[in-house]
Amino acid sequence: MTVYLVRRLIQALFVVLAMSIIVFVGIYGIGDPVEILISPDADQIERERAVAALGLDKPLWEQYLVFLTNALQGNLGRSFVFNEPALTLILQRMPATLELAFGAMFLSIVIGLPLGLFAGLRPHSPVSQGIMAGSILGFSLPTFWVGLMLIMVFAVQLGWLPSTGRGETCSVLGFVGLQSCNEGLQWSFLTWDGLRHMAMPALNLALFKISLVIRLTRAGVRETMLMDYVKFARAKGLSPARVTFVHVFKNILIPVVTVVGLELGSTIAFSVVTESVFAWPGMGKLIIDSINVLDRPVIVAYLMIIVLLFITINLIVDLTYSMLDPRVRLEMSH
Amino acid sequence: MKRIQKRRTQAATVLVAAGVALAAGQAAAQTATIAVGAPVTSIDPHYHQLSPNNAVADIIFDRLVNTDPQLRNIPGLATEWRAVAPTVWEFKLRPNVRFHNGNAFTADDVAFTLQRLPNVPNSPSSFAAYARTMTRVEVVDPLTIRFHTAQPYPLMPLDMTNVRIVDKETTENATTEDFNSLRAAAGTGPYRAVAHRNGDRIEFERWDGYWGERAPFQRVNYRMITNDAARTAALLAGDVDLIDQVPTSDVARLRQDQRVRLAEQVGLRLIFLGIDHLRPATENSPFVTDNDGRPLGRNPLADVRVRRALSMAIDRRAIVDRVMEGAAVPANQFLPQGVFGHVDDLPAIAFDPDGARRLLAEAGYPQGFRIQLNGPNDRYINDGRIIQAIGQMWTRIGVRTAVEAQPWTTFVGRAGRGEYSAFLIGWGSNPDGSHPLRNILATVNRDRGWGSSNRGRYSSPQVDAMLLESLSELDEARRGTLIVGAMRTAMQDVAVVPLHIQTNIWATRRAFEYTASVEELTLAQRLRPAPR
Repeated sequence: MTVYLVRRLIQALFVVLAMSIIVFVGIYGIGDPVEILISPDADQIERERAVAALGLDKPLWEQYLVFLTNALQGNLGRSFVFNEPALTLILQRMPATLELAFGAMFLSIVIGLPLGLFAGLRPHSPVSQGIMAGSILGFSLPTFWVGLMLIMVFAVQLGWLPSTGRGETCSVLGFVGLQSCNEGLQWSFLTWDGLRHMAMPALNLALFKISLVIRLTRAGVRETMLMDYVKFARAKGLSPARVTFVHVFKNILIPVVTVVGLELGSTIAFSVVTESVFAWPGMGKLIIDSINVLDRPVIVAYLMIIVLLFITINLIVDLTYSMLDPRVRLEMSH
Repeated sequence: MKRIQKRRTQAATVLVAAGVALAAGQAAAQTATIAVGAPVTSIDPHYHQLSPNNAVADIIFDRLVNTDPQLRNIPGLATEWRAVAPTVWEFKLRPNVRFHNGNAFTADDVAFTLQRLPNVPNSPSSFAAYARTMTRVEVVDPLTIRFHTAQPYPLMPLDMTNVRIVDKETTENATTEDFNSLRAAAGTGPYRAVAHRNGDRIEFERWDGYWGERAPFQRVNYRMITNDAARTAALLAGDVDLIDQVPTSDVARLRQDQRVRLAEQVGLRLIFLGIDHLRPATENSPFVTDNDGRPLGRNPLADVRVRRALSMAIDRRAIVDRVMEGAAVPANQFLPQGVFGHVDDLPAIAFDPDGARRLLAEAGYPQGFRIQLNGPNDRYINDGRIIQAIGQMWTRIGVRTAVEAQPWTTFVGRAGRGEYSAFLIGWGSNPDGSHPLRNILATVNRDRGWGSSNRGRYSSPQVDAMLLESLSELDEARRGTLIVGAMRTAMQDVAVVPLHIQTNIWATRRAFEYTASVEELTLAQRLRPAPR
């Protein structure tokens, strides 16, 4: 187990290193951040000063070495735009994105699994066919369009939900009354206003995932129902509920866990569209804004964090497999 | 369909009623919410020379010389100013002004501010240039300050409209982060900042000790909603009371909507085409070929007749009406009427494809040539569609045009290196003709700080001479003649091809009113409850 973890960690380091080089060279190739950040009426002297202030006057390899040295000391650089440590900026925005991603994931499991189970157990009922047709819509409608439609219907026409933004927030300690709400990491899901603001973006993000979970579950159920062990369980006289929820359910979970895990990663990392449509101040919005102005320290730091995140999630998924299915061994020699 | 429409009307009626009720409630509660389209990156007024930041700075801080919505200079923290000697400007300061922390405002704060400008660490675009002309800052008494310059410098009051004054005591050792956390963000403006979440929102409260007109709202929320459709939706849903940068595609619909009112004003941002003046007549321009795609061996754009033909071939009215959906006015020069440096006797550029073909033939291109027109697709309003339209118009006069639109990040660097033959770009002017002249039309010259955005590398000795003279001319009438003369020469020479000047558009809910301004900044103090 330890050997396995150490090996994964070393792999992760190499991936992070490679990624930082690619981003460095890539941004250098796209353009000059100073050209984009500087006021158009700045004269040549001011331009030279800005280039030097951002450390862009040195050759690229030297800039990278400076970055690497600082990174080893835990300093991922300061944002060109905000003049704050890139890591701080990202961590400030992380709660907003995390709660949205977990909210979406929660919805996709709570809605997707039961519907998928139903569609798998009663494949010919009109309800199941309705569910499956709905899931096709969930797959194919573009996120930004659905997001705008949600706003038009629930905020503009019906006025039930606020259109954009994050609403009131509170910290966990503030919520339980140990300190003021404004101190510490801020979460929307702890206030009613925050939950109302979360509803639409979370649903928008979840739509695709709900459909995915429905289809995976249904396929899994239909396949498993024909297995000998299910027939045997039935023949033994077990109740249908026990057959479904213990014997079938546990065995269809592996593909669902894999997909949900990977989807969680990409939701955290790339919920850019939803975040900008709903003006949700999360990391996705930060990264797209940073790319638009070539804010290299933020882009590099963000992608490094995301790589670590994916590696962690993959690790957790692998660990979950071995829990769900004892036949899966972690320390396979090949 | 009919049923849906009916339901919609019903819903709209309900909404209007709800909106009115809500508006009444809000006016009583003295709160307004503003949604702006561009993210504010810092509260530090001297960190980044960037419009959204300047807007927020103008809410919290004051300048020696403030500007009205027409961008005319009005007394701010200085009550009067004049050149007491050719190289000495004297500013009389406003008495009894207090910062948000209670400190009194004096000449020392001004001197400290000017000294801070070049010393903000890591600034990606500093305000240092506004202090660079000064050889010495002399505090005469607590309410009088003098700026000494090496040469006579007529633009000092204009420069002072760009410098927000901070409190010396609070700011002396403050960093940009201290401003962002609001520890150091004490100004003298009508609202003080009470909460700031980077890239998301800023909350203001009325500053009751303000020296000027009392701000109309007790609280103002300043939110950033960068997505155009979401911003409009937030207004229609009643979540916000004012939005800026109203998308041109929504303008027609919003004009019909009883729930909102629009505030419009022709701005100072010219959209124009830069032209390759870098290559002389005897060299190839990078994206110009003959009709078979072979190099021409010469740069047709070096001939003023060709440039004029390309300009005449553009139907500006059609671009303004169709592409811009009316949110712009056709332009024949950098500044709109009424602004210092506008050339009154310059005729509008007529749309004349036949005349353009004749000019091309006269210049030796009866069969035209091929060109690629470049431009950004994410920078200016409808930029990608404008160059497509121009491509078709040019092709109609025999200049077969390929169009390439790119993201600004990749486009701007290449444009700056002079890699294009013709390209679309924009320029937001200060309300003074010297500003576009110096930055775009003057010959590139590092020592003078000229031509830093002259991406086409236009160069004219006459324009340079008149500009140079104007820059040390303290007599405003004489300076005006020089600026207008330089601008006329450059425009007759088709240094650039002007297209249109954008209209700035704000939309508020019925219960509110916004004073539209020629500048694009969105200021909380320009929003007030609508009169009943």
